[in-house]
Amino acid sequence: MKIHEYQAKEILRRHGVAVPRGVVATTPEEAEAAARHLSGPCVVKAQIHAGGRGKGGGVKLAKSPEEARALAQAMLGMRLKTPQTGPDGQLVRKVYVEEGCRIARELYLGLTLDREVGRLALMASSEGGVDIEEVAARRPEKILREWIDPLLALAGFQARRVGFGLGLSGEAVSAFVRFAGGVYEACLATDASLVEVNPLVVTSEGVLLALDAKMNFDDNALFRHKDVAALRDPEEEDPKEAQAREHDLSYIALKGDIGCMVNGAGLAMATMDVIQLSGGQPANFLDVGGGADEKKVTAAFKILLADPEVKAVLVNIFGGIMKCDVIANGIVAAARQVELRIPLVVRLEGTNVELGKRILSESGLRITSADDLGDAARKAVAAVRGTP
Amino acid sequence: MSILVDRRTRVLVQGITGAAGSFHARQMLAYGTRVVAGVTPGRGGGHFEDEVPLFDTVGEAVRKTGATASAIFVPPAGAADAILEAAEAGIELVVAITEGIPILDMVRVRRALESRPGVRLIGPNCPGVITPGQCKIGIMPGHIHQPGRVGVVSRSGTLTYEAVKQLTDLSLGQSTAVGIGGDPVHGTDFIDVLRLFERDPGTDAVILIGEIGGSEEERAAAFVRDHMKKPVVGFIAGRTAPPGKRMGHAGAVISGGSGTAGAKIEALREAGIAVVEGPHLLGQAMRDLLARRPKAASAARRGRGGAKGSARRGGTARPAKPAKRPGRGRR
Repeated sequence: MKIHEYQAKEILRRHGVAVPRGVVATTPEEAEAAARHLSGPCVVKAQIHAGGRGKGGGVKLAKSPEEARALAQAMLGMRLKTPQTGPDGQLVRKVYVEEGCRIARELYLGLTLDREVGRLALMASSEGGVDIEEVAARRPEKILREWIDPLLALAGFQARRVGFGLGLSGEAVSAFVRFAGGVYEACLATDASLVEVNPLVVTSEGVLLALDAKMNFDDNALFRHKDVAALRDPEEEDPKEAQAREHDLSYIALKGDIGCMVNGAGLAMATMDVIQLSGGQPANFLDVGGGADEKKVTAAFKILLADPEVKAVLVNIFGGIMKCDVIANGIVAAARQVELRIPLVVRLEGTNVELGKRILSESGLRITSADDLGDAARKAVAAVRGTP
Repeated sequence: MSILVDRRTRVLVQGITGAAGSFHARQMLAYGTRVVAGVTPGRGGGHFEDEVPLFDTVGEAVRKTGATASAIFVPPAGAADAILEAAEAGIELVVAITEGIPILDMVRVRRALESRPGVRLIGPNCPGVITPGQCKIGIMPGHIHQPGRVGVVSRSGTLTYEAVKQLTDLSLGQSTAVGIGGDPVHGTDFIDVLRLFERDPGTDAVILIGEIGGSEEERAAAFVRDHMKKPVVGFIAGRTAPPGKRMGHAGAVISGGSGTAGAKIEALREAGIAVVEGPHLLGQAMRDLLARRPKAASAARRGRGGAKGSARRGGTARPAKPAKRPGRGRR
């Protein structure tokens, strides 16, 4: 799960990380009042769940409260396009008005799982303020890493090593140790899957500040962080993906025209692959999970069919412990309920597969049975092309 | 022969009175698995299905029943603790079926297990381990399996079933099938299982099924290239997955340009693994491969290194075309 910058900064602040003062605003008037309250020059920042906002015109300097109001007026309601939003951009509903600071250096600090080691890795770079993946590709030696033993937590010497490695000295090193410690604590306390401070600035007064902050969270751990879960902003999410989550389905929209409904993430990915191999384009990834019952299949059909691009649906279920006749009945009932009007190709495998196929063929619905995944993909591709 | 589990394996089920635990414990019993104990804190002293004694703690269950393996069906919030309890009690094989365990819980579990080299964790978020006809620990449908000489190892549940079903339909069967799970932090990895299959005299060849995310497949490929003589057929799911999107499994995401299916497929091919284009082709590719390498297969069966030469290894780069002979008098 993702949250906004202002929310991430609030969490970091609670864990002792230094962040600039700021106020969130949803109207130009609020933005002006915020700027007046902060006094002095401030920065108006569009709050959307995507990075690269500066490049798209979503981060601007205001020298006066009136200018802050005008900038907020322009940003609120605009569709902000950044390299991470896709061509349509993302609607700006909130801005964050933050006090300005004089920047001496821009650093990068990140904390995330290193899955190969099975530990959290603290990453830092003296090349802050730019896309860290570019730095990693171009100058990998510029990224410092420390792997954190979960039983010992981030050790002082590790944080110091990074601080010195960044070229800090004197009091700034101690400030960095406190800063990194706070980031680690915030991560642990919220089960964050990513904490990124980019840039972490050193001001001309020698103060370390999180000028931008990003936090993502482990969905599997939200059950024990009700406060974090409450920060979810449904407006920022794909409505179909949000709807799928409500039904415990895993759905991701893609660009093609063949809707897919599959049980198991691996098989769902493989189904997409084989569709493409057969000359078609999958419209989505959809994993209905282990219990593909009528209720779930109905919910899945509704989500698939809400996409006007979908010209055919391919259902690929490996029955496993569930029996194919039960699944077939579920598919038929769901197809009737949603009044399915486009071709449906179904590949079932597992116990009672013959009975399942008979239920499909005797349903009177336009259902094409397939024998294996290759056959199913070919039939689905033929269906969208209108060839038999 | 087989790896990890066989008919002597004494299985304990943690979370046996829950919905998933009780359903699958019954399935395991029906398959013939020696389920010797169940653990649910607070239910000790009772019995499951009138035959399996229940205990409050894993320690007591191990002392009284001699359980050597544990299947964990405990819900996500308590699953990491359940794994640690099993490890502490001396269980050798811990199979964590639970899906949705917080990642930082698994980071701590993995660290704790570093000091217990005698404990092997499979999963979490996996279908489990099965040696057909002998022992099933997990949620896989038992009836699609058949005793045989092909090992299967996979990150994905339903893709394991696909491979298994095809091997059964082709009468090749399986020596053991292992689902290592789809989470980014997990126990046993591809290399661990490949090493076991390579040593197992009951395994002639291996099917390896990977997916996008991480670099475990690449490391597995290097292991196959450097340390394996038995032939391997592979499949990688997620060629069409867009970067930055998590495809169901917590581990299946392409991030920062790494973990792509293309890179994994290339690594597998360079290691001499016969990579197929879709999971429906796995069984057929294995049959063709075994048909072409009778010597290697039989040498492996005798436990000797038959395919030492690099020339023969090169021959595994692609599955052979099905042997289509224009049979006389067929028409």
